[in-house]
Amino acid sequence: MSRAGHWAAQPGASVVNVLMANPESKSSLIMPGEATSTCWSCGTMRAVHFCSACGKVQPPVPVNYFTFFALPRKLNLDTALLEREFYELSRKLHPDLYARADQQEQEWSMEQSSLLNDAYRTLKDPIKRTEYLLRLEGVELEEQSKTATEKARATGEVKKQVVPPDLLEEVFELNMQLEELRMQKKMGEDDPALIEELRKQKLKFEEKYEALFEELKGYWNQWDKLVDSGDEEARGKVRDQMLDLLNRRNYIRNLVRDVNEALEN
Amino acid sequence: MSSDRIVGIDLGTTNSLVAFMEGDTPVVIPGDDGLNLVPSVVALDERDQIIVGNSARKYLIETPERAVYSIKRLMGRGIEDIQDELKLFPFRLAEDMQAGEVLRIKLGDKTFTPPEISAFILRQLKRNAERFFNAPVTKAVITVPAYFNDAQRQATKDAGRIAGLEVLRLVNEPTAASLAYGLDKKQNGIVAVYDLGGGTFDISILKLHDGIFEVISTNGDTHLGGDDIDNLLIRIALDDIKGDMGLDVSRSGEAVATIRKAVIEAKIALSAQASAKLDIEVPGGKRYQREVTREQFEQLIQPIIDRTVGPCKQALKDAKLKPEQIDEAVLVGGSTRIPKVRALVEDMFQRKPHTDLNPDEVVALGAAVQANILSGGSEATENMLLLDVTPLSLGIEVAGGVTDKIILRNSTIPASATQYYTTQVDGQANVAIHVLQGERELAKDCRSLARFDLRGVPPMPAGMPRIEVKFLIDANGILHVSAREQRSGKEAEIEVQPSYGLTDEQVESMILDSFDYAEEDFRQRQVIEARNEAETIMAALDKGKKSPAWEQLTSDERKRIAKLQKALNQVKAEDEYQAIRKAIDALNQGTMRLAELMMDSAVATALKGKTIDQADLGEGPQSGHPVAKADFK
Ligand SMILES: [Zn+2]
Repeated sequence: MSRAGHWAAQPGASVVNVLMANPESKSSLIMPGEATSTCWSCGTMRAVHFCSACGKVQPPVPVNYFTFFALPRKLNLDTALLEREFYELSRKLHPDLYARADQQEQEWSMEQSSLLNDAYRTLKDPIKRTEYLLRLEGVELEEQSKTATEKARATGEVKKQVVPPDLLEEVFELNMQLEELRMQKKMGEDDPALIEELRKQKLKFEEKYEALFEELKGYWNQWDKLVDSGDEEARGKVRDQMLDLLNRRNYIRNLVRDVNEALEN
Repeated sequence: MSSDRIVGIDLGTTNSLVAFMEGDTPVVIPGDDGLNLVPSVVALDERDQIIVGNSARKYLIETPERAVYSIKRLMGRGIEDIQDELKLFPFRLAEDMQAGEVLRIKLGDKTFTPPEISAFILRQLKRNAERFFNAPVTKAVITVPAYFNDAQRQATKDAGRIAGLEVLRLVNEPTAASLAYGLDKKQNGIVAVYDLGGGTFDISILKLHDGIFEVISTNGDTHLGGDDIDNLLIRIALDDIKGDMGLDVSRSGEAVATIRKAVIEAKIALSAQASAKLDIEVPGGKRYQREVTREQFEQLIQPIIDRTVGPCKQALKDAKLKPEQIDEAVLVGGSTRIPKVRALVEDMFQRKPHTDLNPDEVVALGAAVQANILSGGSEATENMLLLDVTPLSLGIEVAGGVTDKIILRNSTIPASATQYYTTQVDGQANVAIHVLQGERELAKDCRSLARFDLRGVPPMPAGMPRIEVKFLIDANGILHVSAREQRSGKEAEIEVQPSYGLTDEQVESMILDSFDYAEEDFRQRQVIEARNEAETIMAALDKGKKSPAWEQLTSDERKRIAKLQKALNQVKAEDEYQAIRKAIDALNQGTMRLAELMMDSAVATALKGKTIDQADLGEGPQSGHPVAKADFK
């Protein structure tokens, strides 16, 4: 079902019965065998967050953020529409509306609206959205990789990042200059030419950083086209390209941060 | 329904207020002195009874060791982070205070924790509201500075509980103010709320959208406010006195309190006048006199008010907004009366700030609006919904003493994050988690919130258990933690050691203790009940006057009853339980024959086969019995 069709089918309604709207995510929506497929209060077939028949908040079930908003797992997203939906759902789920309800409903409302807020915060941000989707697809960004973190935790080491091969030369050069600057500062010396050079380098990396975001949008389009195609291999390829891009982007971000720190200190 | 009446409370550093929604308008409930502001001053009198508000102020000068102000500065804090406060404020800590313990403040020879002292203020506000409604008040919305951390919020909630209030919501002060403003200006746009109060500074940027008040970012300083200006002026006066008269009075509590009173008056005067005179009697009978011009004053306070600039810039940056994108700026807090502060805000946001609502009252009014929303709303608040954020990032300590941020600042609340933990040793049964709040990289630079000990992890080889820990910040900005071992599905038991909080048991025992200092509460309840009784008996009497039985009384009897009724009416308005009680009993006695006659006529009517007017029987004044208690709707 297309996005437009989906929204058009439910004019103005935030009551999105995900069971109907998004058949492929059925399994992740409600655990098999759980007795929560109907509204606890009135018995109607339930939605993810609240009952479309009686309006009562429902106990949270494990859903991903896309499913929570009844969206397909696509990366191009109309954030204005998402915002509207966020406001509508807030008006149904926020704990303020359950201040007089019993404790159980209060708890569900708190959990549901935290899920709503977490989902909105993640999906409205293009980078967080992409990272989240990649995680749903079973991949981890190096920086956030759990295994890397756990390893670092166990050994007490600081996490190291692999330098993207195409940046190797420039990064090597930059690190040399950074080291020189730090040395000079320690000695109380001041080399305006070196500072000027570092500023230039920083600017170059910042431009690269911006360009990567444009490049990412290209992958979004490829991904979205492939979502419904069933071409696993093509999807896997785009996924890996996005992963690589985000890792490079994070790397550059850290690099720029290091230069800023060195220049400021 | 009276039982559902929820009041809004602004528990301020300098003044506190209680408000509620009267129809479509939030109004402040005055105290028995007729004033809206209750100074946040608590004193212990000679009989060890607690005095709060205006009547406690004289103790600040007469017996400073039995009085305390600005207690809000100590809420949720430990001894190691109040060293600066101790230099500037006459807080007297208990001598046996230990590090890591909840602070205890001395009043006379008794000690109280900051939540208990705040509870005394809340109790006074509760009493004021109960007097106003003539009915018990048990539920409240209480405001807190937006930049309050978890421990400070928890301490405020504890204070509510100790005062006998169910705290339905903690609302951030600037957000509350925006609700009060938003009530009559139903428009969309970006609003900046600049809140400089007695002891705290907040800046919040909100997006208003068809009744939704969405906070985009907030920032602040919980130790910046009018207090700091007062302290600066006090220090200058003390230096002057020392220099000019060779007198060091800085150790005399009484002298400092006198100076404090004088500089505050001068500060207030300088908002309206070009100059103000300080004229203070110093020990030894001499007078310290000095004229301060507004220009001098503004130069002096510049460094203090400049400290609000950084948080404003950060809030704008976090909101990804430029100053010119702000549609409205709103001023909150007494310190925004200072013209120099107004100029700073105007300069910062490039527009004239709103000052239509009284900056001392607007937060309490907003709390009343939120209270109305929580009680189901009314026509005025229909569609209004507040979406607030957490002011500080939540993190956990990982290897190397580094903070791993799991919920970033300015995340809309409720917000949650899930982390997975495992064991490092075979058969390890406990996992310790250190929760932090703050923006700094290193754990030691962040605020320690609590240490959680996960217990009862099923015995497994190292690295095998997968413990899911869920961190949830609720709509009050308070953290909840739950944990589950995923392989066994077993709920892990969590033991919390709040870094600077009270345990449930401590709060319970404080609730009991508080009654020792609260004869006043009991007295107040008695007065309310007696007043209700008086209303009922007089309503019944008015009805009786229209019955045929009234005509059967002699004119002397009727005169006597009228006199007794007048007496009760007069005494009813006063706060004296015994007097009201006596007047009720007298009127009961005086109307005994009327009641009998009415009863007779009712019975006679019934015998004639007519229905008895239930009301006449049930509500008529009856001899010897106190009239049934009024059923308040
Ligand atoms: Zn239902």
